[in-house]
Amino acid sequence: MAKTKFLVSRYNAARDTKPYLQEFRLEIPKGATLLDCINLIKWTQDGTLTYRMSCRSAICGSCSMKVNGHARLACKTQAADVIVDGAVTIEPMGNSPLIRDLAVDLEPFFNAIDRVKPYLVPDESKQWKRETLQSHDDYRKIEDASTCILCAACWSDCNVLEVDPRFLGPAALAKAQRFVYDSRDNDTHNRIEFLSRVTGMWDCTHCAECATRCPTDAKPLFRIEELRTAAMTHKVTNNNGARHVLAFRETVGGLVPGIGGGTLNENYIPVRSVGFFNLDGILSIIPVGVRMFIRGKNPPILPHFIDKFAEVRAMFRRFNDYRKEHHK
Amino acid sequence: MRKHDVVIVGAGLAGLRAALELAGKVDVAVVSKVYPSRSHSGAAQGGVAAAMANESDDSPELHMYDTVKGSDYLGDQDAIEIMTHDAPITITEMEHLGCVFSRDAEGRIAQREFGGHSKPRACYAADRTGHALLHTLYEQSFKYKKDITFYNEWYLLDLIYQDGSARGIVAMDMKTGEIEVIHAKAVLFGTGGYGRAYKITSNAFANTGDGIMAAYRAGLPLEDMEFVQFHPTGLYQQGILMSEAARGEGGYLLNGNMERFMERYAKSRMELAPRDIVSRAEQTEINEGRGAGPRKDYIYIDLRHLGREKILEKLPQIRQLAIDFLGVDCIDNPIPIQPTAHYSMGGIPASKNCEVYSDEKGTIVKGFYAAGECSCISVHGANRLGTNSLLDATVFGRRAGKSILNYVVGAQHEPVNEAEEKRKARKRIDDLLYTPSTESANDIRNELKEMMTTNVGVYRDKERLAAAHKKLKELQQRFTNVRVEDKGKVFNTEVIEALELANMLAYSELIITGAEARTESRGAHARVDYPKRDDANWMKHTMASAGADGSIQLKYKPVVITKHQPEERKY
Ligand SMILES: Cc1cc2nc3c(=O)[nH]c(=O)nc-3n(C[C@H](O)[C@H](O)[C@H](O)COP(=O)(O)OP(=O)(O)OC[C@H]3O[C@@H](n4cnc5c(N)ncnc54)[C@H](O)[C@@H]3O)c2cc1C
Ligand code: SF4
Ligand code: SF4
Ligand code: FES
Repeated sequence: MAKTKFLVSRYNAARDTKPYLQEFRLEIPKGATLLDCINLIKWTQDGTLTYRMSCRSAICGSCSMKVNGHARLACKTQAADVIVDGAVTIEPMGNSPLIRDLAVDLEPFFNAIDRVKPYLVPDESKQWKRETLQSHDDYRKIEDASTCILCAACWSDCNVLEVDPRFLGPAALAKAQRFVYDSRDNDTHNRIEFLSRVTGMWDCTHCAECATRCPTDAKPLFRIEELRTAAMTHKVTNNNGARHVLAFRETVGGLVPGIGGGTLNENYIPVRSVGFFNLDGILSIIPVGVRMFIRGKNPPILPHFIDKFAEVRAMFRRFNDYRKEHHK
Repeated sequence: MRKHDVVIVGAGLAGLRAALELAGKVDVAVVSKVYPSRSHSGAAQGGVAAAMANESDDSPELHMYDTVKGSDYLGDQDAIEIMTHDAPITITEMEHLGCVFSRDAEGRIAQREFGGHSKPRACYAADRTGHALLHTLYEQSFKYKKDITFYNEWYLLDLIYQDGSARGIVAMDMKTGEIEVIHAKAVLFGTGGYGRAYKITSNAFANTGDGIMAAYRAGLPLEDMEFVQFHPTGLYQQGILMSEAARGEGGYLLNGNMERFMERYAKSRMELAPRDIVSRAEQTEINEGRGAGPRKDYIYIDLRHLGREKILEKLPQIRQLAIDFLGVDCIDNPIPIQPTAHYSMGGIPASKNCEVYSDEKGTIVKGFYAAGECSCISVHGANRLGTNSLLDATVFGRRAGKSILNYVVGAQHEPVNEAEEKRKARKRIDDLLYTPSTESANDIRNELKEMMTTNVGVYRDKERLAAAHKKLKELQQRFTNVRVEDKGKVFNTEVIEALELANMLAYSELIITGAEARTESRGAHARVDYPKRDDANWMKHTMASAGADGSIQLKYKPVVITKHQPEERKY
């Protein structure tokens, strides 16, 4: 069998000014995982190669690294599956300071987890002699988020974190969902308030990288959507993100007299999002508008109609009526 | 030098549970070579035992009896009684702390069948119970972050033990390579198991017995090291675990002729007989030519009749593992498996309150505690029942916390010679870095693991053990010239791996020596040349320690029998 080229990112602060790719050649044993291969390289070719690993069964979350540009668990990846034209590129995770070779500093990641109060706040007034009861359905609401192994693959590839390191990030938000939706937790409203602030749930741009990279069922993007739903049901809407959603519904659904209907009125949404009476907020988005205008990116002043707008409008109307019914 | 009231080494279930007990009451530090959430407890799949009696009638007494019988009567009954009686409250507390358990129709913690337990007693979270428990404790550690100092990715080098008392540890900060002394009034080890010395193993790379060997090097004895559990269902050639829950939920074991062979070995419990019995049955099938596959060297676990729904709901993780590692989807095909080294019954001898013993007479070391898989309190005796070890780690982690709290209130920091401790640790590392460097660590490790699996595995005999011992001496000799290329300080994983290999080579000799001496078959220790249990001569625990010349000395200590007299084990 031909040898595969492993292009592995190397960095040793004592010696290198910046990371570089080093080429190793290895015959991939049948059925070997990527971690098996990297171990073989370390153990038979270059003992100084540095990375983390422990369980080798996709449960401890140690071995995340970028494979051909995207974060994955090396131990959960069949090497044969990631070889492109006889080669594979292996680099450290993104959005994290580099320590050495493939090992990054995880403190920023764990600090983000810390910020969401990642522990149950039980109702102290209730004293349970035995276990707290929880229905199977309530368990199902938190099951997916609870499978997170804190591997930071999502953190590595999140687009928002790349431009705003203060963002809580996907894993912390998934962790937060696990408590917001936990029938045993007694801090739901405070949690939602906190998560609705700038750097929280509304800062995610839906790029879906996290859900694609996540090796478990935690799939942060979906948990973030559930958090946003919770924010709506708990009426925590006094923030840009929530207002943005309301604005979206109002303009597309044509629920506000005089403002379109069946159209995505992109001039209305930003203003509605920061709040009509929030002068600072409106001023703060003006430069965005100006920049977009300069780059030819701002929406046409006259909204364009989408196909079948009547159906869309009807759908939103029905949805709105349905919600009203339900909130009676 | 760092100073704390208590230093806990290990951030698995045992270490974190103890830390929680102490948080806010004394100054406590937790040292772990991996981030806490990466500890091997997270890999546990099937469940944690407690007589909650949610699915049927059950009682701690019955749980105790099953455990004593499962241990092949080598378990200490006073400790087992405590564990099974503490179980329901300990699990209830974990639930109150937020653990995400699967639920039954009533909304209580769901429970399932497990090998050797006469009632459905395994509380579970799908097939990731250890993960659910570990993450619950890790979550709590954020709550108490002001009260617990974490030394994440610090590697334990030595225990400081002098004149009958433990005074702290020597450890390396892996990020900087600096060696430091952490001075404490009390030290707790929750450093996990030693299953990594085997080629086919379910254990993480981290399970290299560092804690037990630090205790041994300090001059303390280790108990029952020859008892290593082989789990019946490791993925073929990988050893990765297919949880016993697969059989608990109704999976069949089939040989190459597609027969449910367990009928011939344990008619009443079938696949759910205790692990030692099932692993031996599998090995016998393979040895007698009834294995599956071209080389007739594996067995199948068949889940197809459970149906897609049940597999997806109850066993999602093991399905995924078989897909990821063998490309087999258990919904459509049986999974190739073989016995895999899994659990370390032996370890640091300790009392019911986790105080470490310094000899076979029961002398207690001041300020030194052990809990979880690294300890031998002996609740598992010669064979651990599935789901009893998450319980062991949680129950005794909790108890260790309480007993340490009692102790430290009146205790002092006893003097340590910091410079000397650091010098000794430094020398051990320098000896690795600056030797003739002619031997490959990888070769030594592979040969060790191969040899342990073939000669010190499910079946043992005099010849094979002697051959193993000889080979081991050769490997130890070669290791003195081991090559470590990485001379750097920052995150030097090559040095750490060499230190771990040194530990593996040292404790493997304890396993072999204990096994050579024990001329009987009991629980996980099965001697072909001595196939019977011999209560007249061997109803006792092995205590191995280093003699003045460094050679291994074996002594023995009686088993504590309270309620259940030894009888023949039938299933
Ligand atoms: C695949 C698998 C499945 C299992 N399933 C079950 C099950 O279903 N039910 C059950 O009851 N049991 C199960 N077990 C057994 C059970 O998981 C373990 O016995 C238990 O979790 C051990 O917990 P612990 O706290 O003692 O150690 P661990 O969780 O192993 O933690 C050890 C800690 O010590 C630290 N440490 C070790 N060496 C050093 C060092 N040199 N320096 C610093 N820190 C160090 C590690 O970093 C880690 O934090 C399973 C085991 C395996 C391997
Ligand atoms: S979907 Fe949101 S959280 Fe996920 S990676 Fe994209 S921006 Fe980040
Ligand atoms: S959410 Fe998924 S990708 Fe992110 S840390 Fe958790 S398991 Fe990893
Ligand atoms: S080594 Fe544990 S997740 Fe890969």
